[in-house]
Amino acid sequence: MMTLRINGQSHTVDAPADMPLLWVLRDIIGLTGSKYGCGVGACGACTVHLDGQAAHACRVTVGSVGKRAITTIEGIGQTPLGARLQKVWVETKVAQCGYCQAGQIMSAAVLLARTPQPGEAEIDAAMADNLCRCGTHMRLREAIKNAIQSA
Amino acid sequence: MASASMTKFAQSDDDIRALIEAVRQQPTGLPLNRRGFLKLAGAGLMIGCCLPVSAGPRAKGPGGRGQGSAKAPVFNAFVQVAPDNTVTVFSKAPEIGQGIKTALGLIIAEEMDADWQRTVVEQAPIDGKTYGYQGAGGSTTIPRAWDQLRQAGAAARAMLIAAAAKAWQVDPGQITAQDSLLTHAASQRAATYGEMATAAAKMPLPDMAALKLKKRGQYRLLGKSHRGVDDPALVTGQPLFGIDVRLPGMLYATYVKCPAAGGMVKSANLETVRAQPGVVDAFVIAGNGKPSELMSGVAIIARNTWAAFQARKHLTVEWDESEASADSTVRFAARAREHARSFPAQADVNIGNVDQAFAQAGKQAGKIVEAFYEYPFAAHATMEPQNATAWWRDGTLEMWAPTQQPNRGQTSVAALLGLPEDQVIVHQTRVGGGFGRRLINDYMCEAAAIARRVKGPVKLQWSREDDFAHDFLRPAGWHQLKGAVDKQGRLDAWQEHFITFTANGKTPSSGADYSRFLALYCKAPNLRRALTMMDLRTPSGPWRAPGCCAQVFAQQGFMHELAVAAGRDHVEFLIDAVSRDVPELAVKDPAVNFSPARAAGVIRLCAEKAGWGKTLPKGRGLGLAWCYSHAGHAAQAVELSVDADKRITLHRVVVAVDIGQVIDLAGAESQAQGACIDAFSTALGQQAQIDNGRVQEQNFNAYPLLRLPFAPAVIDAYFVQSDAPPVGMGEPALPAMAPAVANAIFAATGERLRKMPFSHAGYQV
Repeated sequence: MMTLRINGQSHTVDAPADMPLLWVLRDIIGLTGSKYGCGVGACGACTVHLDGQAAHACRVTVGSVGKRAITTIEGIGQTPLGARLQKVWVETKVAQCGYCQAGQIMSAAVLLARTPQPGEAEIDAAMADNLCRCGTHMRLREAIKNAIQSA
Repeated sequence: MASASMTKFAQSDDDIRALIEAVRQQPTGLPLNRRGFLKLAGAGLMIGCCLPVSAGPRAKGPGGRGQGSAKAPVFNAFVQVAPDNTVTVFSKAPEIGQGIKTALGLIIAEEMDADWQRTVVEQAPIDGKTYGYQGAGGSTTIPRAWDQLRQAGAAARAMLIAAAAKAWQVDPGQITAQDSLLTHAASQRAATYGEMATAAAKMPLPDMAALKLKKRGQYRLLGKSHRGVDDPALVTGQPLFGIDVRLPGMLYATYVKCPAAGGMVKSANLETVRAQPGVVDAFVIAGNGKPSELMSGVAIIARNTWAAFQARKHLTVEWDESEASADSTVRFAARAREHARSFPAQADVNIGNVDQAFAQAGKQAGKIVEAFYEYPFAAHATMEPQNATAWWRDGTLEMWAPTQQPNRGQTSVAALLGLPEDQVIVHQTRVGGGFGRRLINDYMCEAAAIARRVKGPVKLQWSREDDFAHDFLRPAGWHQLKGAVDKQGRLDAWQEHFITFTANGKTPSSGADYSRFLALYCKAPNLRRALTMMDLRTPSGPWRAPGCCAQVFAQQGFMHELAVAAGRDHVEFLIDAVSRDVPELAVKDPAVNFSPARAAGVIRLCAEKAGWGKTLPKGRGLGLAWCYSHAGHAAQAVELSVDADKRITLHRVVVAVDIGQVIDLAGAESQAQGACIDAFSTALGQQAQIDNGRVQEQNFNAYPLLRLPFAPAVIDAYFVQSDAPPVGMGEPALPAMAPAVANAIFAATGERLRKMPFSHAGYQV
């Protein structure tokens, strides 16, 4: 048994230490917002925050999380920045199929927390690890720019 | 003599081709007559003001039950109005990222004059008897639903007006409806839809033939930009997708098939697998030999997905590969080059006299161009790996599936398990990417077969590696082309030898046939086309804009070569070619909306917006191409530069589209932009290579999707506004992008790209 701090709440889970955090979140705790895309850290669909740092939940074993605070797409709206991103994502109509968008928002939140006024190249670089098969690229950039302006 | 397994394999491919044909069918019998509509809408009314309770409330979200509007008065299968004035409209088709849930909702709300801000769009139950076709594919959902949904909205509006007229004892013609409010100006009376809903739902259905539908100038919602109806739930991580389904006591399954299609389980160390932590059971399923349904494999059932995936690492299967695919893409390419050396004796199309035209071009200062174009197999790589959840209890199978073809899934599963169709209940979930992959319901069949052996609900989850290994690939193809322009610089002859594949030895495999309308783009008075088919054992299938998605690359690239050889302006050359009158190529089917004038319209609009003819700095190029795909006309112009390392920078893409009436402008722009990026991504670096029947690319690190830094700086989408009825937007804007990029690279560098992916020639981003 181990205790995880997820989105400000404590969860005690019974899972093997080498189980990836992604499957603990999705199958054991029932937070399905973080998505399984590749299992090898190549697509970014499972991006979560560990103490504010972006991490691929499919590559982080639950045993290695320790006391770090886990934030998922379900909890990112608790911060003003996260709520703002969710709002502009809707207003900018970024999503097509939407499957990758949780990970995109989580990566954008890390970017804007560190660099509140990123330039175009910084936006592109910060989002480069998140794949989108539908091609929402133009709206992703636009949404992040809109989030900067509405700050 | 074909073996039984090969016959099954061919049947599977035949099934997929029949499916593509069915999906393609454009609406010809609509609008629905009164009887048809009654049949369609009547069930709810007769049951007594509810959508069929067996399915309605359960259709809300994955696993959601009994929420919401079960008691709100029902007008027809598409419309409910609650007393609090909330209008609920039902989207009958799968949301795969094409924005259909928003678009279908808008069509109903528009005709109903509903307040869109107070309109909720729900996923309709999967019920083909009530709703008719409920698929998403071939960009046909909008055109097939257009009349049906407008009538559903208009009928509800008429019933509300009739109820108000009765209550107020006034002429219905004097009542106006707008934003869910009914008004009688003369008597200064007003009522919300909600206030009138209970009475209105009891009014007789109006005469459908007499219903007046709006004209374009009257639209308040259509043609404008709207938000996505599911986006608030999406950005907060709420469960919407098939993969998000969770049911009480649910188990998790993985299904291991032979990496070479057609391999059968000979033996497997099931006891070892059953002993792994978290594993509940492991068993062999024989399958029915059809890749489109159920192939032989080993199911592992566990307490969670990870336990199932981990247990798999301990699984050893001895495969019988005697009938399995031993395909090799290297071998196919070599054989295709051999075939390309001679034109087949038997032509499929032979118009005019091609040989004479080539001889004349040689003698009379015309130009002859020959080229060999090629493209690889391509994977669908939907972001959501295939999955389905199934629950077998009391002789009924209940399923939750991210599918593009829920009705067909229901039929296939019922047939597979020997159940009556009404004992298979399918819930449509949001779909994390379609692109044609989920027209085929193999994962539903697998989940159903597994659920029969498992107590309680079970979710089948494919790994990403499974997803690449067991795709229905867009087939590779090779085109040996020879064309002639006459001394006036007009297209005079076109000879094409298309080297493709067959699964049944008779007809091209699914996704491998001639694109149907390609000969219409460039009407050569002398035209000859022939096919050579190589046997294919690896499953193929439709991939976004099937046929066009790759063939337009060859055709539009070659058209540019001919324009250059003729010394003609590319735009004028294209318009000249599509506008020619070649009687043998006249479109006779009234359901086909191909139009040279609309083609010329998008080509000119695109050229004008892209600044066609402007002077560009050295190293920059502007390229253009167009296509008619899935009932839409579209053209792309790409401005790019290429550096000394062959690094491509896309400065601007202009895409001009004619899909008739635009429903949701923001959604249509999304599709246009997405299609440009998808096509560029695919053309640049994607290929599925097959060796000994095994797809070599197993994950995204070997199958590159375009990353954000390499997206175009700008994509400007323009839509031709017209009164033409709407067609879909999922596909038309994709095919012309790759040739537009190739033509721009030629303009920038002088190097002609005739092979996808362009990475073969050293190009990169």
